[in-house]
Amino acid sequence: MAKKIKFEVPEFRPYPTVPVLKPGVMKGSGPFIAKPDMQKDLGFPGELVDDWHDVAIDKMGDLLKKYRSLRVFLDSCVRCGACTDKCQYMIGTNDPKNMPVARQDLFRQVYRRHFTLAGKLFPKLVGAKDLTRDVLDDWYNYFHQCSQCRRCSVFCPYGIDTAEISMAAREILDTVGLGQKYCNEIIPKIYKIGNNLGLPKPALANTLEGLEEDMKDETGIDIKMPLDVEGADILLITPSADFFAEPHIDGLIGYAKVFHQAGASWTLSSYASEAANFGMFIGSYDNMRKVSQRIRKAAIDLKVKRIIFGECGHAWRVAYAFLNTLAGPFDFLDTRYPVPQHICEYTYDLIQKGVIQLDKSANDHRKLTFHDSCNVARATRMGDKPGGQFDIPREVIKACCNYYYDMEPDTIKDQTYCCGGGGGLLTDDLLELRVKGALPRMEALKQVVDDHGVTHMAAICAICKTQFAKVLPYYGFGMDTVISIHQLVGDAIVLTTEAKTPG
Amino acid sequence: MEFWTAFYAISFYVATFILMFGLGYKIFQYAVTPAPLKIPTTPAPLTTGGVVVRLLLEVVIFRSLFRSNKWIWLFAIIFHFALWIVLVRHLRYFMDPVWTLVVLAQPFGKYASFAMLLGLFGLLARRMFVVRINYISVPSDYLMLFLLLVIGISGTLISFVTRTDIVQFKAFMLSVLCFDWSNLQTMPTDTMLLIHLTAVISLMIVFPFSKLLHVPGIFFAPTRNQVDNPREKRHVAPWAVKEFETTPASTTSE
Repeated sequence: MAKKIKFEVPEFRPYPTVPVLKPGVMKGSGPFIAKPDMQKDLGFPGELVDDWHDVAIDKMGDLLKKYRSLRVFLDSCVRCGACTDKCQYMIGTNDPKNMPVARQDLFRQVYRRHFTLAGKLFPKLVGAKDLTRDVLDDWYNYFHQCSQCRRCSVFCPYGIDTAEISMAAREILDTVGLGQKYCNEIIPKIYKIGNNLGLPKPALANTLEGLEEDMKDETGIDIKMPLDVEGADILLITPSADFFAEPHIDGLIGYAKVFHQAGASWTLSSYASEAANFGMFIGSYDNMRKVSQRIRKAAIDLKVKRIIFGECGHAWRVAYAFLNTLAGPFDFLDTRYPVPQHICEYTYDLIQKGVIQLDKSANDHRKLTFHDSCNVARATRMGDKPGGQFDIPREVIKACCNYYYDMEPDTIKDQTYCCGGGGGLLTDDLLELRVKGALPRMEALKQVVDDHGVTHMAAICAICKTQFAKVLPYYGFGMDTVISIHQLVGDAIVLTTEAKTPG
Repeated sequence: MEFWTAFYAISFYVATFILMFGLGYKIFQYAVTPAPLKIPTTPAPLTTGGVVVRLLLEVVIFRSLFRSNKWIWLFAIIFHFALWIVLVRHLRYFMDPVWTLVVLAQPFGKYASFAMLLGLFGLLARRMFVVRINYISVPSDYLMLFLLLVIGISGTLISFVTRTDIVQFKAFMLSVLCFDWSNLQTMPTDTMLLIHLTAVISLMIVFPFSKLLHVPGIFFAPTRNQVDNPREKRHVAPWAVKEFETTPASTTSE
């Protein structure tokens, strides 16, 4: 995988078939390995340490004491097979080690050997194995073929979540000096510059000014994109891809129009100019906490009252489920609002209250479907009811357009597939995996395109948008098929010169 | 014959001890290991009551498995329900007088053994013939099914074909249970009964060291037992507080 290789794009299956096993097809050396200086920036050894075996086993023991999930999940699996056909990477590659249970067993075999009586006494009987270099290489390869999307955890009768195991494995790999380049190159940029892209404040200010001018040209109205405004009510934390990438940037324009029309006082922060938290991908509580603390500091420094997150999947997981844990309590913010809020919750609320008006006909040239982003769907919530994370984005889309069609029920909501690029896999050295992993989503999309003439698939995740823009053409769709929900909002919103008073 | 009586009495004590303490230790270990982050698989209940319902649906009707794979679900639910009925019926050998519920379970319990075997053979067939499941199986998976099949087949044969002096066996069992060693009753020694008891005792011993830990495990899975309220209520593990929040510069916890 590490070298540029040619690969075949999987063909659409005429009907959902039981995957045929092709052992070893995705065996490889995994994604590019992090360089020593990146490793050291994060407090990990620069390269594979000499006593990696003992260090790894010690770390495993440490994690087993810290994470109940890991301990319970490693013991509970009965190898019933319920998960074996549920992972998009298994479906797309047919490599049996991409079955969630087989992926877990790469880790579990070492756990059994070192931490269970049965594995110490009868390793062959219970499938226990020593942590050899081959096993370590398999870890590096196959735990970087998991996007931590949690689809397997929905179907497991014991709730075993492979994401927890793959995070633990990646943390152990980092601890022995075998980090992944993509993630470990990005995290230090957050600390040093403020965002994953390494976009410094002057460049960010410049970009935002440019966007303000574009919006002025388009609408004739002064719509602001404030940066580092002290005393603003709302701090918007959004993935840095929103500042430059297509189709993300049109989503950012959508947020600005919503804030403008609501008459809200809001700001971005150059210090915390990134919603994504790659600390989660590498399973590092420490790094995840440090990245989260920036948001707390930005909120305090800018004296804001609310924190709202832009469209980003894993970011929303860390924000919704972990931010209070990692950087709370947030009792210094306005207690009338949840901390943090999702931009879709915010916009939905404004639509409900009639604060913003939407002209659905503005999107009449589009027929929409919606891709539930994996981490939003299975690790978070929006609004005050379970499942709000499915309903609120759909309600926002439906308020913006006249033509909306859901994909097959077993490919949406909590059964949604990962886009194929989540969890730290959104790197070109994993392109083959990304293309193959997108297969089940592309099949479901094909069906609504054929049946209903769907032209666009809305998404609320920076990774989904980048991933789809890249892989859609491999399956014969245009790269602009993927679109931000807030681009739809931005196109449909009825703007007035004078902003309304806050609703 | 005294040898077998003493041997099985001691084995029964040892197996019960290992099962109780082994399982107790694992439950203790799960209970004291913190879950540092909120990771319920969503949509998840917003209240503790909701979590109880969610866990009950998992434990009683195997909800997630049903959504996942109807064949595994079918064999699994047949096996587990039959096993429960069989277990309840077996209580009659461990008590005197016998509870009404156990008396009522008697006719169902005898025939439930066939359902149990059907479920087990179904699961075994899947493990052998479905390529994906065959790929992930290790010898202990087969051993576990084998043990349960031996228990089921020998028990069914005792009930319907070979028979044993069940009254005498109950007398033995009660004297073992009451630690009535001076008056230990002799155990019948039919081959089928010895096979049945050996397999049961083996299963009890293996339980805390094997995948049978899925029984306590399901109750401790954070993905299923956590309330979905991270924004409303701050959740921090003791080790995280110790590691990050006790230094003067950092923030305080609630």
